[in-house]
Amino acid sequence: MADKAVSLAEKRLLDVKLGQLPSWLGTRDFTPNGLLGGVRRGYERYYNKYINVKKGGIGGVAMFLVGYVALSYLWEYDHIKHDRWRKYH
Amino acid sequence: MAMSFFDQFASSSCMGVPLIAIAIALPWVMYPTSTSRWINNRLITIQGWFINRFTNQLMLPLSMGGHKWALLLASLMVFLITINMIGLLPYTFTPTTQLSLNMGFAVPLWLATVIIGMRNQPTVALGHLLPEGTPIPLIPVLIIIETISLFIRPLALGVRLTANLTAGHLLIQLIATAVFVLLPMMPTVAIITAAILFLLTLLEVAVAMIQAYVFVLLLSLYLQENV
Repeated sequence: MADKAVSLAEKRLLDVKLGQLPSWLGTRDFTPNGLLGGVRRGYERYYNKYINVKKGGIGGVAMFLVGYVALSYLWEYDHIKHDRWRKYH
Repeated sequence: MAMSFFDQFASSSCMGVPLIAIAIALPWVMYPTSTSRWINNRLITIQGWFINRFTNQLMLPLSMGGHKWALLLASLMVFLITINMIGLLPYTFTPTTQLSLNMGFAVPLWLATVIIGMRNQPTVALGHLLPEGTPIPLIPVLIIIETISLFIRPLALGVRLTANLTAGHLLIQLIATAVFVLLPMMPTVAIITAAILFLLTLLEVAVAMIQAYVFVLLLSLYLQENV
């Protein structure tokens, strides 16, 4: 409660209040360079948490592949929906 | 009904990005660069061991000139095997089922081996068109046949990979559809078909690895003749 006030741009997403969300989004960097940097940071976070550890198991890769399957399902949803409609009229 | 089975090979796009783009970019993400640490993490260690062994094995029959191709052939192998194996997961897209991609790999690499042979040792490269010990009357015919077989190589490389993977995926989809349709009607037949499906999936895993290996092996063979 007695912490120094943090400016909106420096807050992480989970600390932003719902009403502040649009203005927080305005402070983020959506240039191609910024997006690439965001992807790179996300990759490093996942990598260092699950794979680059002393006794990493199959879990890190398995979670990634399941996420990829889910992403593929999302990408093909339109086609799957049409298939389902065609099969069951 | 039959038309729908080939729809799995059309890359669907969401928000303008086709799925094939993500599927091609995926192997790059799966292989992290090894760091300068003394002992890397387990993933990098396993991958490094595999790539080392494979490259050693591949470079054995090649002369020193052929060793310049080590990086290209090793990365091609890793790329193909990753794409083939990941394509076996549900709902994923396998880029190597597209003939365009496989021809895009086969033609330039084969042409490179031919041009290297023609530039460095043209007599030997042309001499490959006539096997030793052929009877004299057969020579003209054999040269024509060998030339045709030389030019068919890139076509065979590309189409072999495409056809194997496409056929495998189609079979899996067909048999899986059969299991689902038979389940309410004849459960025993459905269970037998499910066992067949399981065996087929194992075969597909093997085919995925073997086809990638054969592709790279044949390229190294063509290189061996010409380098």
